[in-house]
Amino acid sequence: MADEVKLHGVTGSPYVCRAVIALNLKEIKYEFVAEDLSNKSADLLKYNPVYKKVPVLVHNGNPISESLVIVEYIDEVWKGVPILPQDAYEKAQARFWAKFMDDKCFPAVFKAVSSHGEEQAVGEAHEAFQFLENELKVKGSKYFGGDNINLVDISATFVAFWVGAAEEALGIELLPKDKFPKLTEWSDNYVNCQAVKDSLPPRENIVAFFKKRFGKA
Amino acid sequence: MNPATEELIPVHQKMEDEVKLHSFRGSPYGCRVEIALKLKGIKYEFIQEDLSNKSQDLLKYNPVYKKVPVFVHNGNPISESLVIIEYIDEVWKGVPILPQDAYTKAQARFWAKFIDEKCIPAVFKVFGSHGDEQDVAEANEQLQFLENELSVKGNKFFGGDNIGLVDICASYIAFWAGAAEEALGIELVTKDKFPKLKEWCDNCINCQVVKDGLPPRERLVAYYKWRFGKA
Repeated sequence: MADEVKLHGVTGSPYVCRAVIALNLKEIKYEFVAEDLSNKSADLLKYNPVYKKVPVLVHNGNPISESLVIVEYIDEVWKGVPILPQDAYEKAQARFWAKFMDDKCFPAVFKAVSSHGEEQAVGEAHEAFQFLENELKVKGSKYFGGDNINLVDISATFVAFWVGAAEEALGIELLPKDKFPKLTEWSDNYVNCQAVKDSLPPRENIVAFFKKRFGKA
Repeated sequence: MNPATEELIPVHQKMEDEVKLHSFRGSPYGCRVEIALKLKGIKYEFIQEDLSNKSQDLLKYNPVYKKVPVFVHNGNPISESLVIIEYIDEVWKGVPILPQDAYTKAQARFWAKFIDEKCIPAVFKVFGSHGDEQDVAEANEQLQFLENELSVKGNKFFGGDNIGLVDICASYIAFWAGAAEEALGIELVTKDKFPKLKEWCDNCINCQVVKDGLPPRERLVAYYKWRFGKA
């Protein structure tokens, strides 16, 4: 019986991208249902009545919302390349850092971007980045997941790709190489992973988006 | 035997397991972890933290947030209550906290996340503003999702016949919110507005594993009067 897998999303969303990376890592065939966020489909509103947001994964008619919940579901249902560590403690650490991305890192980065690199906002973003820098230093590996990418790398996709696009669009510096050598190196490695490369939207689209959304008049 | 209401099924623990929980008595997030530990019958050492003077250990174990609860298993620390609970569920077999089925598990994680990100902040805001109309409307909107979920599922608990991750997560609403409502004379989770949710609250706080871990209600009410009370 063939699995029916759909992903409701928009190509420019870093959250949707997480789900796309997970699907590509597992080589799952799926249908991408492009949503217009200013005119959301009846399906999307039915599948995600709580948040009315993307991404929403629909597996054989069963919807799942929230990108990290989706990624964990994908990892459990489809074997193959593992996304979460096997060991319970390492798994807990991975979940902790993935949560950190959403609870601390993303809001700080968003504030820094939307304020056009205001000093205090950038300072807060740097504070968040420093934890990631330390984590990579301590691990001493190519990725947060070790030799291969895992949940943490995937949850940090916006740092590897969207931050750079925002820097270019707005002419600000958010992730200086000299301050965050490990994180910068990780970003370069990460965006060159095949599954990630296959999943990322065209950079110029994201740059254009940031210019339009946050650019000065 | 219904583990939610009857005696705990003792779970064999390795002799060398050392389990500690850094928290403070009365913390809703710390209590979540204690419910999970009691469900599994795990022996642990409770380390009371003074949040105005955090221990060296706490700062070492949770340098990112410097918050409680922090769970330490054989010297390995884990922070964030939901991460801790999932870890406990994986390491110790016995009473399951998360569903077995991948889809139902995903739904449980979704609701747990919703409670933390939308529901609790909305409810908390109502207390902070002493029941401002707009805040109450916002909180009602979020609580309605939980009411609908209970209605649709038609079970005693979010977890079915027994408490699970979502029930543990929502214990804040079952107990802490009720105490705050009393302290401030605000009505939020009422029988006529949210009949299923109200019934769930009563069932939840009467579960042995939940009851055993709750702080004394009058002390909590007094704390909220002090914390949110008008000058």
